[in-house]
Amino acid sequence: MLEKTVAELSAGLAAGEFSSEELTRFYLDRVERLNPELNAYVTVTAERALADARAADARLAAGEAGPLTGIPLAHKDIFCTQGIRTACGSKMLDNFIAPYESTVSQRLMDAGMVLLGKTNMDEFAMGSSNETSYYGPVRNPWDVERVPGGSSGGSAAAVAARIAPVATGTDTGGSIRQPASFCGVTGIKPTYGRVSRWGMIAFASSLDQAGIFSRTAEDAALLLAAMSGFDPKDSTSVDQAVPDYRAELDGPLEGLRIGIVREHLESEGLDGEVAGAVRAAIAEFEKLGATTREISLPNNHLSVPAYYVVAPAECSSNLSRFDGVRFGYRCEDPKDLEDLYKRSRGEGFGAEVKRRILVGTYALSAGYYDAYYKKAQQIRALIREDFRAAFQEVDVIMGPTAPSSAFRIGEKTDDPVSMYLSDIYTIAVNLAGLPGLSIPCGHSAGLPVGLQVVGDYFAEGRLLNVAHRFQQATDWHKAAPGAIA
Amino acid sequence: MQWEVVIGLEIHAQLATRSKIFSGASTAYGAEPNRQACAVDLGLPGVLPVLNAEAVAMAVKFGLAVNAEIAPRSVFARKNYFYPDLPKGYQISQYELPIVGKGRLRIDLEDGTGKEVGITRAHLEEDAGKSLHEDYHGLTGIDLNRAGTPLLEIVSEPDMRSAAEAVAYAKKMHSLVRYLEICDGNMQEGSFRCDANVSIRPKGQAALGTRAELKNINSFRFLERAILFEVERQIDVIEGGGEVVQETRLYDSAKNETRSMRSKEEANDYRYFPDPDLLPVEITAELLQSGRASLPELPDAKRERFGAEYGLSDYDAAVLTASRELADYFESVVANASDAKLAANWVMGDLSGALNKAGLDITASPVSADSLGGMLRRIADNTISGKIAKQVFEALWAGETDADAVIEAKGLVQITDSGAIEAVIDEILAANPSQIEQYRAGKTKMLGFFVGQVMKVTQGKANPGQVNEILKKRLDG
Repeated sequence: MLEKTVAELSAGLAAGEFSSEELTRFYLDRVERLNPELNAYVTVTAERALADARAADARLAAGEAGPLTGIPLAHKDIFCTQGIRTACGSKMLDNFIAPYESTVSQRLMDAGMVLLGKTNMDEFAMGSSNETSYYGPVRNPWDVERVPGGSSGGSAAAVAARIAPVATGTDTGGSIRQPASFCGVTGIKPTYGRVSRWGMIAFASSLDQAGIFSRTAEDAALLLAAMSGFDPKDSTSVDQAVPDYRAELDGPLEGLRIGIVREHLESEGLDGEVAGAVRAAIAEFEKLGATTREISLPNNHLSVPAYYVVAPAECSSNLSRFDGVRFGYRCEDPKDLEDLYKRSRGEGFGAEVKRRILVGTYALSAGYYDAYYKKAQQIRALIREDFRAAFQEVDVIMGPTAPSSAFRIGEKTDDPVSMYLSDIYTIAVNLAGLPGLSIPCGHSAGLPVGLQVVGDYFAEGRLLNVAHRFQQATDWHKAAPGAIA
Repeated sequence: MQWEVVIGLEIHAQLATRSKIFSGASTAYGAEPNRQACAVDLGLPGVLPVLNAEAVAMAVKFGLAVNAEIAPRSVFARKNYFYPDLPKGYQISQYELPIVGKGRLRIDLEDGTGKEVGITRAHLEEDAGKSLHEDYHGLTGIDLNRAGTPLLEIVSEPDMRSAAEAVAYAKKMHSLVRYLEICDGNMQEGSFRCDANVSIRPKGQAALGTRAELKNINSFRFLERAILFEVERQIDVIEGGGEVVQETRLYDSAKNETRSMRSKEEANDYRYFPDPDLLPVEITAELLQSGRASLPELPDAKRERFGAEYGLSDYDAAVLTASRELADYFESVVANASDAKLAANWVMGDLSGALNKAGLDITASPVSADSLGGMLRRIADNTISGKIAKQVFEALWAGETDADAVIEAKGLVQITDSGAIEAVIDEILAANPSQIEQYRAGKTKMLGFFVGQVMKVTQGKANPGQVNEILKKRLDG
């Protein structure tokens, strides 16, 4: 059961090789054994999982099962789950139990999936290493002294360590793709608006998008199809039909035009072994019939600075609701209203969250708005235009997901800018609202390296097809960390 | 020094939608605290706003009614500040791109002249909740039922030059939003609120003086008083050698004064930026078309028609069209009675007087338009006199519905038979010879005495014209 993908587990359930309850117990046992060291889960919902599994078995027996019925999964602890704590990696929400269900978790629940628990994450999804979590860092299953990446580090580590067959994540500047790269799993961030944000706690609303961690592109296709689509509760979700992603997986790659971003491979901080792994992967695509050409994204170097204006600006406003008045953390014995605000927020938020609230508040202030927020939005338009021009010439853009493999815990915690630069290849994709994925494509010093594939708007099917064909031809996605048996 | 007063008004009209502007919770007034606040209104994590299309349609209707530019694309923005009754820590409003642009409203002044007041803009926004300071023993209660209620904030140009003009503008706007059926106009419940920006400048000076913004005004009377007080205060400050500071001032109706709430320095930096949770509002040609089609006859047009169609004075037409309900009532009465002038007199006179006394609105009138019309028909055809009609009206007010039945039951039919009137007159003349002498000696006002006697005997039913005529003939004869 350990090495079976979701698609294979689905076939096993359908054939009656094992029940969902057996499968669920198998995973719960692994969670119990491995999670104490990895700290990937912050909440394990064993009872709920078994109840879900029995219900799924009944559906299977009744012949009412879909391809995901009875498959266990984990949700990033940013998706509100009715009746189960949703803490978002923060002391602020350590006591928060939502009275509603996020659209993503609802749709996967409706598909019959079994909830194993909620995964650890950087506080309010702000971080690239999962070290800002109130619940402590997640450890990378490939090397427990290293970070899993972030902010969806718990979900990435859980799938890599085979303590969840599949998990949800969110990606605001790389928070699915970078941890997928660091943990050697497949991670997809869809087009902005493809998946509803209802019930997903907001970090930066114009950038946040839910996605999937899985071991294969095929599994990602299965889940993405189930969770995508218009939601009347999210005005920014797009009313466009969801294709059958699985049906597109086997499409030929002959004639696929791959763009290689000149600025990416020339960038200073890029690790040599990472660059080598990416080049080798691209050569593999050429063998599969694809052609490559160099393209330019001339404004790419502005993406990190623009992002660190837009995202903090939006977060400074989004996080104002955490004021100690109606829910969440409230300081002891406030002496007046101002004291209530200051101490509840001062004690409830961690350092990185406070840093971003301050930066964002500054960027939106009278007299600075034009110089920062407005300018950043203009850059965003330029970046979008760069991509638009690029997709006139190529079908997908490939490059490294992150400049290096997983770094050591504590290595970058005192240097926020160096930390921010670990998202240098992923951030522009969010600013443009495009879909992107990361697939394992090699190793650097024994640690996984990810290949990022970016497509045009709503080209998720094409991205998954490209990733699937690569995974048919290579075995990098099958590599598992040593110490997980 | 001669001072000129400059006033601009910001009116918050609560839009009469059934649900809130960004959630499905009810907007009904008066529920138990926090019973009409859903997860979106509470600002719980992960929830998202969805715009109520009805609120947009109402804003469009308003814009068309004041001849304003309707923005083809307007944007919701977040106004950020912390307050316990503001759940999200920001209010969703419109800032750089409001839905309604420049427009104008014609107001009527007491001296009979009119004036156009410019409308700068009108934008959609959500209301905050309420902080309850009583009954919590030193603590503050929060009621979020009102949070998320749709508001249309209507901002005027500083075009008004007196408290009276400001009141005329506010009343006209109040009438308009009720005509449009986009706001119930209930000022006590806060459905229609006025803030006044008041400044003064030396007469003849072009530059504006420093303004104070007056808040917490919940009636037209208080609007007038607050402005009058504030103008006097500003004159005193300047003539005393001081300077008016830009600030927000609270009107205290109990003390009839305004006092400082916060100065410009203490004002929040609202850090407006476009709300990324909401798409820009696109106003299509179809929406404009249906907005136009849904416009009722507006007050000015109705007033003109009342003058032309019913031959009413401009004043009467203005009074009768002040509210759509009163105008509708009047037209129903006319449809029953045919004599428009008579109908106007009764509606504006006895009926309005009785309603005011009882504290009732025209829509709650105990006398229906049909009943009143029925009575007026009997005045017009001389069945009863105007004076007797007052008795009939009283009966209708008390619950009777059919004027004819009242007239019949009480025997109020006017005596128009000259023979009968002559008989009564002869009797009275015979009984009062000394009064006849006085009259004939030149004390002609004794006529009134005789009329009174005739009316007393006939219980007021004798036709007054005929009584006068016959009496004069006899006395002068």
